[in-house]
Amino acid sequence: MAFFFEVLITGLMVGIMYTLVGLGFALIFKASGVFNMAQGAMSLFAALALVGFLQQYLHLPLWLALLCTVGVMTIVAYAVVFIVLKPLVARPPLMLFMATFGVMYLLEGIGQSIWGTQAKGLELGIPEKSFEVAGILMNTFDLFFAGVATVLVIGLVWFFQKTRTGRALRAVSDDHEAALSVGIPLLQAWLVTWIIAGVVATVAGVAWGSRLGVQFSLSYIAYKALPVLIIGGIDSIPGVIIAGLIVGAGENLGEVFLGPYVGGGIQTFFPYLLALIVLYFKPYGLFGKEIIERV
Amino acid sequence: MFYRECGNYKDNYASDMAIFPIPLDRWGFIVMLFVAFVIIPLFAGEYLISNIIIPFYCFALSAFGLNILAGYAGQISIGHAAFMAVGSYTSFILYGRYGIPLIPSILIAGLITAVVGTFFGLPSLRIKGFYLAIATLASQFIIEWVIVHWKWLSGGVFGTIEAPDMFIFGWLIDTAVKKYFLTLCILCLLMTIGKNLVRGQLGRNWMAIRDVDYAAEIIGVNLHRDKLIAFAVSTFYAGVAGSLITFCYIGSANIEEFNVLTSFALVGMIIIGGLGTILGSFLGAGFFVMMPIAINQFLGSFMEVVPADILANIEAIIFGGLIVFFLIVEPYGMARLWHTIKDKLRLWPFPY
Repeated sequence: MAFFFEVLITGLMVGIMYTLVGLGFALIFKASGVFNMAQGAMSLFAALALVGFLQQYLHLPLWLALLCTVGVMTIVAYAVVFIVLKPLVARPPLMLFMATFGVMYLLEGIGQSIWGTQAKGLELGIPEKSFEVAGILMNTFDLFFAGVATVLVIGLVWFFQKTRTGRALRAVSDDHEAALSVGIPLLQAWLVTWIIAGVVATVAGVAWGSRLGVQFSLSYIAYKALPVLIIGGIDSIPGVIIAGLIVGAGENLGEVFLGPYVGGGIQTFFPYLLALIVLYFKPYGLFGKEIIERV
Repeated sequence: MFYRECGNYKDNYASDMAIFPIPLDRWGFIVMLFVAFVIIPLFAGEYLISNIIIPFYCFALSAFGLNILAGYAGQISIGHAAFMAVGSYTSFILYGRYGIPLIPSILIAGLITAVVGTFFGLPSLRIKGFYLAIATLASQFIIEWVIVHWKWLSGGVFGTIEAPDMFIFGWLIDTAVKKYFLTLCILCLLMTIGKNLVRGQLGRNWMAIRDVDYAAEIIGVNLHRDKLIAFAVSTFYAGVAGSLITFCYIGSANIEEFNVLTSFALVGMIIIGGLGTILGSFLGAGFFVMMPIAINQFLGSFMEVVPADILANIEAIIFGGLIVFFLIVEPYGMARLWHTIKDKLRLWPFPY
């Protein structure tokens, strides 16, 4: 039984990390109504930049390097909003979606041109000690990032619910044109969202990068966070959190207890299978708002 | 002046229904067929045929398949490469292990892919737009996993099967030119069928679904049936294209060729080429195949050996930049440029 809980808790930790990536998607979806396929590439870009500041070029201390990385992501946000998205205002959402594909390729290409394609280790100086609580093995490293993610999530929820800017962003997500007509600057709102998404991507990139090493496959973690979003319902932040936990726990339990029977590697597709099942019964996710359309 | 629609009288139903009602288009098409069937095999070198033109045809077929789904029926799929993988493995198993003749096994592989594709298209009955896109991404990961882990299917290590020798009626297909003709014939056959599909009743239903799906349902389009047919037809093309790629281009079925990046590249191809056009599928695929080679040539004039990672990065930057560029400047893709040229030619040399 202790083993079961250990697997469950490891899964939940991973789930929090998925939530982190999923949040980036949810933010941009809320503000512009599209999936940002570049979210994973943004994480990769941020992690590459951080490694660059820390180890490759400048050898900055960690806090300064993090600050510089956030600065870089802000520049990226500016570039994306003013070069790519601005000409696409009032085009169908599909166009915006496709444009994020272009941004994805651009970020991957540019990031790897500047900082190189070889895999790099990211050392943050967080002790990776294991200890036991009530017979269950835990890891300080995982706990640390679980804590960071929790703080970030609470901060974002507070930001969206309570602050004036947050309210403006929610208005934009409801209806672009209506928001414009009551005087909310759309581009400003998008800019804020992309900067926040950049920060979230930085945290996710650092968390996953220090775990798996900073390399191209980092941009794949985004594809595992997409089903999290679907299961939770795209426009619901609590939904994303719960779904992230479900997916993390589910895939870890599945891998450990079912994996041996089917040859392992369940993790690559388990979230998607779950998402397909959820989609079949609840097309707008567990907590999503149902869309009603009229001719 | 050079491109005229007028003076073109239709005096029977057959000419009214013709694929190319305008004589200039018809002649242009005949010239293109002549180039494809005669000039290229006669004059193009081995390298050009087997490394550029064959993959170009295969990706054009596959991009057209995706275009049916995304461009005509409006259902985005970002897991299309997985269906190519299904087609390639199925045709290999049918041909290599069960001895079914080559062309039937390619077509049966397409049909089996269509069945798989219809299955993964089932979510489209309840969801649409981005939710559906994610559901199709699910097909990519699930199919990849099944192929890698199902030993009977993928046989060797890392899901690779080597190609057996290819025979059609006891005639060995070994040289680049023979493979080229095999690809070209299948391409022409399927494109003819495809062109007629999209300009017929079914294609019009698809376009109605793409434009406003609930309005289409109200005017009597059978939404569920036509969406599933779109998935079936589209994945049939993907399956055939996949088996052609493995038989005629790579020579072994390898799952790495059909990973999620290929899926994304297919989406990029149809955006750059032009959504919902046949010409666009060709232009996009051609662009995608030629671009790495062109960059390589260009960089090769500056340095001795072009490192693979620099090449890949520049490719990504150009590909991404062009996707953004086309979405902003020309949302209808390269195919639209052809229309612009036609408009200009119609009036030239007079401005109006």
